[in-house]
Amino acid sequence: MQGDVGEPVIETEGLGREFRVRDGLRRRTVVAVDGLSVRVGAGEAVGYIGANGAGKSTTIKMLVGILVPTRGSVRTCGLRPVQDRRRLVRRVGVVFGQRSQLWWDLPVRESFAILASIHGLSPDRERSRTDELVERLEMGAYWTTPVRQLSLGQRMRAEVAAALLHSPDLVILDEPTIGLDVLSKQRLREFLVTERRAHGTTLLLTTHDMGDVERLCERVLLVDHGRLAYEGTLAGLSRTVGVERVLVVDLAEPGPDLVTVPGARHLGSEGGGLRQRFAFDAEVTTAAKVLAAVSEQVEVVDLSVEEPDVEDVVRRVYAARR
Amino acid sequence: MRATLRTYFRLLAAGFRRGSAYPLAALGGLVANATFGLLKVGILFATVEAGGGTVGGYDAGTMSAYIWLSQGLLGSVNLFGRTAVADRIKNGDIAVDFVRPLDVQAASVTTEVGTRLFALLPRGVPSVLLGVLLVGMSMPTTPLPYALGALSVLLGVVLSCTTVYLVAVSRFWLVEGRGVEMLYMVLSGFLAGLFVPIPLFPGWLRAVAGATPFPSMLQVPVDVLSGRVDLPTSAGLVGVQLAWLALTVVLGAVLTRAGRARLEVQGG
Repeated sequence: MQGDVGEPVIETEGLGREFRVRDGLRRRTVVAVDGLSVRVGAGEAVGYIGANGAGKSTTIKMLVGILVPTRGSVRTCGLRPVQDRRRLVRRVGVVFGQRSQLWWDLPVRESFAILASIHGLSPDRERSRTDELVERLEMGAYWTTPVRQLSLGQRMRAEVAAALLHSPDLVILDEPTIGLDVLSKQRLREFLVTERRAHGTTLLLTTHDMGDVERLCERVLLVDHGRLAYEGTLAGLSRTVGVERVLVVDLAEPGPDLVTVPGARHLGSEGGGLRQRFAFDAEVTTAAKVLAAVSEQVEVVDLSVEEPDVEDVVRRVYAARR
Repeated sequence: MRATLRTYFRLLAAGFRRGSAYPLAALGGLVANATFGLLKVGILFATVEAGGGTVGGYDAGTMSAYIWLSQGLLGSVNLFGRTAVADRIKNGDIAVDFVRPLDVQAASVTTEVGTRLFALLPRGVPSVLLGVLLVGMSMPTTPLPYALGALSVLLGVVLSCTTVYLVAVSRFWLVEGRGVEMLYMVLSGFLAGLFVPIPLFPGWLRAVAGATPFPSMLQVPVDVLSGRVDLPTSAGLVGVQLAWLALTVVLGAVLTRAGRARLEVQGG
């Protein structure tokens, strides 16, 4: 399921977009996307990451034809997004994390009925697909509740379901887990994994959450100031920038800092050595090995592993480029 | 094509239901309509009396019909210039509308018409009943004016929505659209004949009003429904409404196209 298998679902060549902004009395030009050339193959799951203002949302808008590029070319599902908008959006599902596609004052159910009609689903197809989504995203409990009364987690599940109702070839999720609690995030990710397995949907995801990328994406595109700064696997990215994971152990009793754990670096202690933190490179060793080495020296009663976050990875890539 | 029609019917129904989501707002609107209706009764009845029982072709009965029908339509004919789609363009939610395989203009006007038609129930009908019960009014005694009147009311409501849509899409070019909305509100109410019936305007002002779509939103439906004008004239007025409707729809389509080409969806 790599990018070069079959027709690309997304293909951009030197794609760029500038904005003219007024800065006091002067006008200046801001380059949001700068010569972006990427390919995403059918069935791929790609994480599109970068700092705020790196050009992620601008790219997405150009991919779905709601923003006209100032240069370069873009093809989505083999179509020209601006000119073939209506044909394209039948094959694409989009969730803009901050914007709702549901009818605010109406029960959730009504939004799905309207969307099914908009996408021309047959009554049979509408019923089976709706049932599938309601069940898998556990929307039954609030199916007849007006959208404005939903919690954020409930609404995001409904938003994702709404974007997937017409079984699009390509799903674009712009910050789908922003503001969600751990459980809601987990449910949404599990659903997306199953959905992709069942339908072979291509996924493009922007996120601030490394967990989203780790659990959902096979490949990462990292943008910096509108330019592609990294393209490849997540593991490769971590390797490139040397992102370390952190093992936190709670000991049975306070002890001295354990500075001689092979493959790990002692980061610090709390509570007089009751809790100690070790950084390690997942490419060199594993959490289990580090834990074993620590356990040889002291008694461990509890532990947790901290994942690197997108911000951290992005910061390191940016720092390495300057 | 049938699937598309069904979709727009669903959007109309969605708009209708959206209107029903805020019963207290509708009640507030009714109270305002009734209050201003009584105020107009006081002023315009005095005018009729001062004119020796008729003024500009209106007597007390037809003036009452004008007052209460126009007050009743006020919740349904958009003379305020504000629409949901204007807000959506301003805050960028319009992006969501553009990623649907729908005509954005048709979809937003249809939804808006649904909401406006709903207002006939809590605001339109009670206003007219209030007028009949409290003041009394002259209404036609044959069915045809009512049939033509219903059509004319519908056209007036739709025309107000297609015209306000033009105000809304100005936001593609203007970040701050309140100026245009304000201008619309000031002009539309006056030129639609909300405050003073258009037949009482001086000749030149009547000509100015006639050059705008506003009379077709309010004065015309009221005239046709109340039977103040005869049937052939009514048919002609409905034709004028249709012409304005066609013009605003075409203009809206052109502006939507142009606006989309320079669309800069605001915010992330």
